[in-house]
Formats: sequence, C-alpha cells, structure tokens
Amino acid sequence: MVETLRAEVTVVGAGPAGIAAACRAAEAGRRVLLLDENPRAGGQIWRGADRRRGSAVARRWLARLADSSARLVDTTAVVDLLGDRVLLTERQGEALVVESERLVIASGARELFLPFPGWTLPNVLGVGGAQALLKSGASFRRRTVVIAGSGPLLLPVAAALAGAGARLPLVAEQAPHARVRRFALSCWRFPEKLLEAARYRAAFLSTALRTGVWAVAARGVEAVALTDGRRRRIEPCDFLLASYGLVPNLELPRLLGCAVAGERVTVDDLQLTTVDNVYCAGEPTGIGGLELALVEGEIAGLAAGGADREAAALIGRRRRLERFQAALNSAFAPRRELAERVEAETTICRCEDVVSRRLDPAGSLRQAKLATRVGMGPCQGRVCGPALVFLRGWESDRVRPPLRVSTLGVLASRKPQDGN
Amino acid sequence: MTRIPIVIDGQTVEAERGSTVAAVLLDTGIWGFRSSVQNEPRGPVCGMGICFECRVTIDGVHHRRACMELCRAGMEIETGG
Repeated sequence: MVETLRAEVTVVGAGPAGIAAACRAAEAGRRVLLLDENPRAGGQIWRGADRRRGSAVARRWLARLADSSARLVDTTAVVDLLGDRVLLTERQGEALVVESERLVIASGARELFLPFPGWTLPNVLGVGGAQALLKSGASFRRRTVVIAGSGPLLLPVAAALAGAGARLPLVAEQAPHARVRRFALSCWRFPEKLLEAARYRAAFLSTALRTGVWAVAARGVEAVALTDGRRRRIEPCDFLLASYGLVPNLELPRLLGCAVAGERVTVDDLQLTTVDNVYCAGEPTGIGGLELALVEGEIAGLAAGGADREAAALIGRRRRLERFQAALNSAFAPRRELAERVEAETTICRCEDVVSRRLDPAGSLRQAKLATRVGMGPCQGRVCGPALVFLRGWESDRVRPPLRVSTLGVLASRKPQDGN
Repeated sequence: MTRIPIVIDGQTVEAERGSTVAAVLLDTGIWGFRSSVQNEPRGPVCGMGICFECRVTIDGVHHRRACMELCRAGMEIETGG
C-alpha cells in the first residue's frame, strides 16, 4: 500500500515563494504541506540558512515557517500526476502520494547554460552552481576563479567567493556597458537594490569588473579565453564560472496543464493559473528575484487559503516589483555573439554527448531527439533545452512523465490505466 | 564543526558534517566525478540537482547526485563511473 498524505493546500518548492505561500495559507487556517526535493527549506537563495543563520529576511521567513502549522516534507520530488491535484512523489526511494484541494507551484528556476568549446570541462561550473557548492561546504580557498556570466547573481557570488578566500582576477558581465548602465540608472526607484549591489561590490574591490566581456573557450583545465568582441585575452584559472542568468522550472506547471506563454506560467492577479485550484508563484511566472517571489508567494498562499481580500491588498506591491523585473530581464538578456561560440564539435547535450554538427540535419527538437537522443538523458533536457531555444529557436515540446529519474518501485505505483 | 570519516575511492577522509558529497570531493581535489558517454571527465555544474553531471556511486548505489547527498559517517563513495 502506497503511503498517502492529504492536505487542503500543498505547496511544491520550499524556496522563498513556497515558504511565503505555505506560511500565509497555514496562517489562514489551512492544513498545509510544503514539499521540497532538498533536505532543508530555503531553496537555492537561502541554502544553508535557518532561523539563526543567514540574512535577516531569510531568518525571519524560516522562523515564521517553523512556527507555522505547515508541515515540511523534505527530500521529496514530484514524479508524476495521478489525477486532479494528486501528485506521485518519491521520498528516499519510496513512493508517496500527495492529495490536496489546492496546489501552489513554486518550482523556482535554474541557471541558463550556453555551450561553448570547453564548457564540459570538469572545472567549468555555473555561477549559482559555485555558490550552491560553497554553501554546501566546498571551500574554494586559494583557488583562482574567473567569473564570466551574466546578471545580478554575479555580485553576491563574487563577494561570497572573495570572503571564502578565493582569488578572483576577473568578473565579466556579458551584457554591454550601455545596457547595464541604463539598468542601474533605472534603479533609482529601488535604492535598496543599488545599496545591496554596492555592498557586494565592496567585498571584491580588488577584482576587475568588466561589462561587455564573455568567455569564448575554456582550455584544458587551466585557463579561459575571453573577448570583448574585438580583442581576445587568456586568463589562467582553476575554475571558470559561466552561466547566463536564470530560466524558470516549467516542467511541473506544464505537466499540470497550466498555460505557459513566453516561457512563463500565465497567472491572474491572485496567482491562479489557467487550471482550477492550481496557483503559481515566484520565478516560474517570470524571473524577478527574491522580493517579487516573496510577495507572489504571499498572494498565492492567501488566495489558496481562501483569504482573497488580503491577497488582493498585496497586488500593488507586486506591481512595483514587476517594473524592476522587466528592466532586469531586458538589461541582462544574453547577446547573440554567445551563440556564435559554438563549433561543429562543441557538445550541446552533456548527458548524451551530442555535438552541434549532429543536430544540423534536424529541423526541430523532436526530429533531433529521434536522430541523436539530444535532451533525452538523465537531466531530460533541463540543461540543453533552454540552450537550444537560444541557439536554434527550438522550443521545448510537451513534458512527459516521469518528471524525474525514478525507481521502478515508485513508477509501479502509477495507476494501471495509465498504460504503464 | 563535527568531522566525520567517509571513504572516497578506498581512501578515508574527514568530512565536515552537513557538507554535501560534491563539496567534499571538490575539496579533496577530485574534479572529474564521472566519465561521460564519450569517456570525458565530468564534474558538478549546477550544484542543485538539475544537471546530473556529478553522479557517483554511494554505498554501492549508482547514479547518486553528489550535490544532493549529505555526508554520513562511513559513507563509501566511488567516482569515475
């Protein structure tokens, strides 16, 4: 018999949006479950934080969650959908079914990785990837780390690595100087963001910070070649961090049948998706950062908890933050030159080792999958999928269960009429 | 900080409790965690369980994501699979 949990509101994803949603729904008197794949709540941004450690806002929300009646179900990943709002999940190799009246999807985001020669070398990591490893106990002390990526994440990661004793010769932002400057000027409405950026920058002042510079190739395991579009330079390093901002995790909302437009889940003013009783909050509705994720989570949690009036009172705050989101996304959009780095023999799909040349005869992702197995390995296209949208305009096709690599025992708990 | 013994490719090393296997492998100087389909060395990329590049064998179980596993005393880890 498969273990089943029931709740009035189930929140999937225990990052800031999910924590805010779970707190608000629980405080509205609902029976709430909060699922996350990780051993602890906090998501990527609050990884390693608890009610005593981490930023003030992280500590406040994690304490609020711990004091609420919401129950955290950790190390639990959603594998499939068994019926309306009935989730099949995997917890430590065992199947766990979660049934609820309402769902809040707060599945967060992952980094955008774009292929270039040498990006598969074992010392080339994501910018957020390095931060996650640092927060998970890796030291980076006395390692030389070049950061060549994009977006506001570069600053806190550079600051954290400098604080951890890494050597940082260069932090390179691919966005052109004019775009970054325009963005910074548009931030006058958000002085707290500028202050935060300045505080991070102060932590690695001896490092060169360049805009309009990107990695063109990683060499061996000892250096990276960079360019500003005119001249090339070689920078020796132990680690290269190369990723280009965030892309939302849309697999679960897609599996649930939620409409997605322009790579974001469509929601109404109260974060309700196009599917009855399914809400969505945070990065899946558009990359917008911590504050926006929190307010969206609060709105979704209140609305799912039946407190629509209180939820509506927060819409104004969300609108203000959405302006910041729009400016952010246009400022740090990846430049086209990043696509020109790909050579015939550059690996595109890391799971199946499919190189660019082998994709040329295909006209769509579907054809390419049939011919090469691109995007069909263990990550199921989570890395190369968004890259192929950027490189070839190949939109991801529909999501197929299981969402995660799972055990046969777990998959066997799917209903027989599913044909499995 | 509590330190606990874990075994990496037959060698016992001390790991900080609460660290992930990926973090400890990197600190031990192991960057290639596994071999790809074409036999290239690969290591962690996303650090958050998405990319599956950091897979290792833990206590005989293949394909465990090193970035998602907290170190436990006596844990046996094999890389290069």
